[in-house]
Amino acid sequence: MTTLAITGAAGLAAAVETAHPARKPAEDYLLTVEGLTVSFDGFKVIDDLSLAVEPRELRAVIGPNGAGKTTLLDLISGRTRATSGTILFKGRDITRLREHEIVRAGIGRKFQTPSIYETLTVFENLEMSYPRGRSVFGSLGFRRTPEVIAKVEEAATAIYLADHLRRGAESLSHGQKQWLEIGMLLIQEPELLMLDEPVAGMTSAERRRTAELLTGLSEDRALIVIEHDMEFVKNIAHRVTVLHQGKWLAEGSMDFVQADPKVIEVYLGH
Amino acid sequence: MSQAINGAGGVDGATNGAANARRQLMAIGVLAFLVFLVFPALLDPFRLGMVGKYLTYAFVALGLVLCWGHGGILSLGQGVFFGLGGYCMAMFLKLEASDPISTAIQSTPGIPDFMDWNQLTQLPLFWRPFRSLAFSLLAVPAVPCLLALIIGVAMFKRRVGGVYFAIITQAIAAILSILIIGRQGWTGGVNGITDLKTLHGWDLRTDHARRILYFVNALLLFGAIALGRWVLGTKLGRLLVAMRDKEERVRFSGYDVANVKVFVFVLAAALSAVGGAMFTLQVGFMSPSFVGIVPSIEMVVFAAVGGRESLVGAVYGTLLVNWSKTYFSEKFPQLWLVLMGALFIGVVKVFPRGLAGLYESHGRAWLAAVRERLGRLLSGEGRRITPGPPAPASVERPEP
Amino acid sequence: MGGYSLGELKSILVMQGFNGLSLFCVLLLMALGLAIIFGQMGVINMAHGEFLTIGAYTTYVLSTASARYAPWFHTYYFFFAVAASFAIAAAIGYGVEIFLIRPLYRRPLDTLLATWGLSLIMQQAFRSTFGAKEVSATLPDWLMGSVKPTENIDIPINGMFVMGLTIVLTASIVLLLYRSRWGLSVRATTQNREMAGAVGIDTRKVDRLTFALGCGFAGVAGAAFTTIGSTGPTSGSLYIVDTFLVVVFGGAQSLIGTIASAFTIAQAQSTTEFFLTGSVAKVLTLSAVIIILMLRPQGLMALKVRR
Repeated sequence: MTTLAITGAAGLAAAVETAHPARKPAEDYLLTVEGLTVSFDGFKVIDDLSLAVEPRELRAVIGPNGAGKTTLLDLISGRTRATSGTILFKGRDITRLREHEIVRAGIGRKFQTPSIYETLTVFENLEMSYPRGRSVFGSLGFRRTPEVIAKVEEAATAIYLADHLRRGAESLSHGQKQWLEIGMLLIQEPELLMLDEPVAGMTSAERRRTAELLTGLSEDRALIVIEHDMEFVKNIAHRVTVLHQGKWLAEGSMDFVQADPKVIEVYLGH
Repeated sequence: MSQAINGAGGVDGATNGAANARRQLMAIGVLAFLVFLVFPALLDPFRLGMVGKYLTYAFVALGLVLCWGHGGILSLGQGVFFGLGGYCMAMFLKLEASDPISTAIQSTPGIPDFMDWNQLTQLPLFWRPFRSLAFSLLAVPAVPCLLALIIGVAMFKRRVGGVYFAIITQAIAAILSILIIGRQGWTGGVNGITDLKTLHGWDLRTDHARRILYFVNALLLFGAIALGRWVLGTKLGRLLVAMRDKEERVRFSGYDVANVKVFVFVLAAALSAVGGAMFTLQVGFMSPSFVGIVPSIEMVVFAAVGGRESLVGAVYGTLLVNWSKTYFSEKFPQLWLVLMGALFIGVVKVFPRGLAGLYESHGRAWLAAVRERLGRLLSGEGRRITPGPPAPASVERPEP
Repeated sequence: MGGYSLGELKSILVMQGFNGLSLFCVLLLMALGLAIIFGQMGVINMAHGEFLTIGAYTTYVLSTASARYAPWFHTYYFFFAVAASFAIAAAIGYGVEIFLIRPLYRRPLDTLLATWGLSLIMQQAFRSTFGAKEVSATLPDWLMGSVKPTENIDIPINGMFVMGLTIVLTASIVLLLYRSRWGLSVRATTQNREMAGAVGIDTRKVDRLTFALGCGFAGVAGAAFTTIGSTGPTSGSLYIVDTFLVVVFGGAQSLIGTIASAFTIAQAQSTTEFFLTGSVAKVLTLSAVIIILMLRPQGLMALKVRR
């Protein structure tokens, strides 16, 4: 009887582990998502999702296609409006804020396909994202001071494009465009960076450099990365959250998640 | 590094930037030469007045280059702002021309003639402030800008853009022109406000006055070009283009896109209004025929023909299209509409970058070839068909 | 508003209502055609009004031809005219799609300008062929006259015929779009062009036929138009702004929205027209539509699409 109880308790504990992991108080987290749901015409793309990200954490979000990963980023960045649930960033409720307000609050978002200003140079792309002079009159009176130039060059160096500042953005390689977009986010000095498939279409050399870049970035800020490349994820992620059909499936270190039978069944294969 | 970077953007900013700037300045220089020297010297007062008229339309085209060519906001109702600016000026001038002495034969002296014909017995309330020159001069940009602000905020804050916005501006142009035509007693109806005589005592109808107004207009126009160039050279200018091509990314860079759109739309309205007022001063009337759908969409063609992204091109485009219109509708009226239609299609399919684009792609190469030929001619080489021995050194020279 | 008893007012409203019905029919046919083109293809056709004029002139030609050469046919020509208006407008639309619309796919603002140019050319073509003065098709006798169900109400027969025609056409377009295989390919192409192409749908052909169908509807609207007014080179351009507003107001992707919107706008206009002057009625209606659109930009019935 007691063995049963103990096994039962252990089983319960294990179940709890693969359910939401133990939660620290809300103030410890940079980003908290609670009960987030969004439905389109009755179809729930995200269903009662909760997760929390710490200030210098690199969180990977993985899952099969249609799991709702991009939608999650859409919701956090304000591109899509949630049907219910809350999103807290640094203790502030950002669920109903507009995109540019969320950006100014300190969240940067990178899109799946490189979204840069093709008609401008690399320098101008970075300068456009400089976090000053973002109002109409601010941008009219914006001066390219030495401080601005220094900041742009600093960001460019971080993304390996320091020698390409004068080039037109359209002439960059695909990988470089991805980096440029990351740079455009970096220069905004975000505390949370969200990247949607940052290494899609990159060579393995570029992937390695990107891994270095992201790992370095996570020393000062939190990152959420959506990726399909499991090797890449294993290299960089501190924690991994697995989504499936809009719901939270599992969470933990990469090893833990890779061994989880539910995850193997729906995503990682046998 | 900063010098190269500060050049006009685009691909390979370094060398192209400086060359681009030089080319633009040259184009402006040529235009200034034409407008300030050639036309006034060569054209009789009537024709000069026509050019002056065309130059007022160019204000609208400049506005469109900013909000459409660079900002991606197609407004099919710029005639509204041109007209409102013109009407504000016309109202002041009309009141001045309707003093009790010259209108003594009316049933109600002291009010404009068309009001008298419509049996009005007193000046409507909204006309009264236009007795003051200061108010009228202020109203010329202010009234259209206010309207543009309302429309802009209502539309752009709700993410209405592109085609929907274009259709709605068209509807607004239709509404305003119907309103103006319908309320004859208030606005002069379909004939508009005519018979304008003096501006603060200065007779507008003399050739001399017209000449002065022409130069004032031209100066204002070049001021507008300078303003446009300044705006486009700031971060806001780059923002406009970025917003046109990748609106969402701009939003995610922390910009409130709606505010930028409102700003450039209001600026375009202000420019159009100035054009309208100058038109009224030079030509001596304002009517609803400049406010509706057809004139508004024609103004888009002026900008498109010149090259929708080129400020200077817009002026050339306006001059060219209007000159053609005058010429063809006199000689071949049937043909003109077809030509105009073909122009719309051509500007979209064949030469989307207008005259400026044609100049870039073909003109420069042609000019370079001409320069090269000239160079060879001048240096005495002449035309060589086959490479042969150089001209003999001992050429017969006349004894000094 | 003064001087009418309540009973008389009611009759006036009913009668104006029926007057509004003919306008409603023309507007609805135009709007359906435009909704197909704009709502399904995202293409702006500023020459849509000119296709109405094509239908109207076709009807006029058949009317005068049959009156002069085949008087026995004159009684029945109207049915034939409706079919011919559809066919000719559709055929011309087919050609326009190939040469003008297709190359500008994905550039809606440019399509707008190019089709405006086309409308100018078409208007001049009408002017050169038929003259600048307005012409009228003569209606056969059975279409003239009216029915008097009560003392105060007078329902014109041609209005009822046009109404019937509109109902038949509206029903058929709804059936076609939502119940037929071809309608399925149209909707598939609209929602996901690449996938539609990948499963073997000839998207170009679908586009061409859709555009032609939309123009055909405008042609029929033109035939209907001849029962309520005379035709000139610029007759179509009178309707273009109204038609666009109807489509946008109704929610560009919803046929039901288009129908509701056409009804509302046509009725609003003809009812206010009775009490105020024509131009003020138009201004009020247009302004109301714009204000509502400013408050609710997606129109009456927007489909909930993943943003």
